Amino acid sequence: MTADFEAEARALRERYPRGTTALIPILHLWQGKEGYVSQEGIERTARVMELPPAYVESVLTFYTLFRREPTGRYRIQVCKNLSCMLQGADETIAHLARRLGIEPGETTPDGLVTLEAVECLAACDEAPAAQVNFRWCPRLTPEAADRLIDALAQGDAEVVRRYG
Amino acid sequence: MGEIEIVLKDALAPGMTRLEGYRAHGGYRALEKAIAMGPKEVQDEVTRSGLRGRGGAGFPTGRKWSFLPNDGRERWLVCNADEGEPGTFKDRYIIEKKPFMLIEGITIAAFAVGAHNAAIYCRGEFLEGIELLEAAIAEARSAGLLGKNILGSGFDLDLWVYRGAGAYICGEESALLESLEGKRGMPRLKPPFPAVAGVYGLPTVVNNVETLATVVAIIEGGAEWYASMGTERSPGTRVFSISGQVRRPGNHEFELGTPLSELIAAAGGLGEGRTLKAVIPGGGSAPILTPDQSDLPMDFESLAKVGSMAGSGGVIVLDDTTCMVRTSLRLLQFFAHESCGKCTPCREGTEWLRKILVRVETGHGREEDLGLLEDVSNNINGNTLCALGDASVGVLLSTLRAFADEYRAHITGGGCPLAPVASMSAAAAGPA
Ligand SMILES: Cc1cc2nc3c(=O)[nH]c(=O)nc-3n(C[C@H](O)[C@H](O)[C@H](O)COP(=O)(O)O)c2cc1C
Ligand code: FES
Repeated sequence: MTADFEAEARALRERYPRGTTALIPILHLWQGKEGYVSQEGIERTARVMELPPAYVESVLTFYTLFRREPTGRYRIQVCKNLSCMLQGADETIAHLARRLGIEPGETTPDGLVTLEAVECLAACDEAPAAQVNFRWCPRLTPEAADRLIDALAQGDAEVVRRYG
Repeated sequence: MGEIEIVLKDALAPGMTRLEGYRAHGGYRALEKAIAMGPKEVQDEVTRSGLRGRGGAGFPTGRKWSFLPNDGRERWLVCNADEGEPGTFKDRYIIEKKPFMLIEGITIAAFAVGAHNAAIYCRGEFLEGIELLEAAIAEARSAGLLGKNILGSGFDLDLWVYRGAGAYICGEESALLESLEGKRGMPRLKPPFPAVAGVYGLPTVVNNVETLATVVAIIEGGAEWYASMGTERSPGTRVFSISGQVRRPGNHEFELGTPLSELIAAAGGLGEGRTLKAVIPGGGSAPILTPDQSDLPMDFESLAKVGSMAGSGGVIVLDDTTCMVRTSLRLLQFFAHESCGKCTPCREGTEWLRKILVRVETGHGREEDLGLLEDVSNNINGNTLCALGDASVGVLLSTLRAFADEYRAHITGGGCPLAPVASMSAAAAGPA
């Protein structure tokens, strides 16, 4: 992974050669591999970008999509904003939290799922809107959420292809 | 006035996300025409069409382009695809259904303003849209529609897609440019405006996805045709994202100036037995309209005249089962979370408003809270570097006015008369 990271990160620097533009793409690259951005991720990114690690951390912590802690194999983000709230998003979130035994922001002990309650996803016509690993998961009612969790737990082939 | 598909035309036709399919439906005719016209003519055509930006502020697009200084410096075009305004989902639809229309619009706009570099700044959640755009850009490049010497014109354009990482404020153009430079996305002090000092300090045009897609239709159909639709000061059509308590939420394109009631009808109307309570007409930042305003023409000037705004085109419909305090609270939770923290009134004020609203909604409100909400709001309004501050109090101040009795009933009755406190989970209420 490390060798791949260096090569891909350098390619991103060439793709976005000016200023520190490549920084956010490189953080996405690291998070795509590790699931979150660890201290090692910060330091390696800093080295490729030739920036102080503290600067990299200051940028990283501004953005909510970057996680600083180990993250589940499936990151489920359920929208809680107004249009989704009006279609029952609070119930979906509460239901998922109960079923998974975690609070929004946390990860199940088996590392399968991280649950997050997020702001408007620009999918308000598919309320309650959600994403799993940044892929759309429309109309996540409590019943649909149960089916999703069952499929994830069983490693259902179609679900793995879609969200894997 | 009525529903007309121009930007959304053929959005669901098979093969639209591939170059061949897009061309089969007339794609890239506008770029050929633009090249034959030349940059100055294209810019004049867009100016004469009266097109106003679809990102929120409604600024005339041709005029914005004309602000670029003629000082020989390299120029940039940046497409704002950060779409984070609550209730807005049109840019995502355009990107996912008609990626080539956006790319063609960017190419025409870049040609018109003489930019050889362009970037599409997409919010980080648009991973699927980003993949589609990357594939479309690769296809366009191999077909000679991007890159060097586009269609033999001698015009070169390099186009990047850039993935943001989760921050509503990065939709504000100067914060977006900071983020595009790899920094924390905090708004810049203006002036200088992006036209003079944008990305990397270079002259930059920032335009919304729908604005740029519309440029394609204007070049193809001509300024007169475009301006024959809509109203005099809000020409053309606009894509409205209609959501909330309607039967069939979705995107619908209407002539500007179409009455609000037609939009609600197009989205299937309200649920069985429900009545209209309020409408947020331009995304979560826009002050509410009340049922007596359901025939209001949906255009920039009519909405401004009644103290609201056309904003992002996100129309959120609320029926009689919905609590206005809860609505304001949910939006304040959003704005408090998304305030970047640079300006004290916004950073501190949104958090206090959120706390007071939690108190009122959960039955712990005090007599003086309504005055306090108003007072804190007025101290944010107009006192911040960017418009997020003003945006944060739009729904709150307008509901305090139109639904004062409902707020008061929460305080005197010890809680929400519409939804028992128990139904608001701890997660929904957030930290007190
Ligand atoms: C807090 C805030 C958020 C914004 N979010 C967006 C957005 O997501 N998309 C957008 O196009 N414009 C957004 N804008 C407006 C932009 O600053 C800018 O006016 C717009 O991109 C210009 O494009 P236009 O002239 O084509 O409308 C936002 C403004 C503010 C103050
Ligand atoms: S409010 Fe949930 S996606 Fe917009």
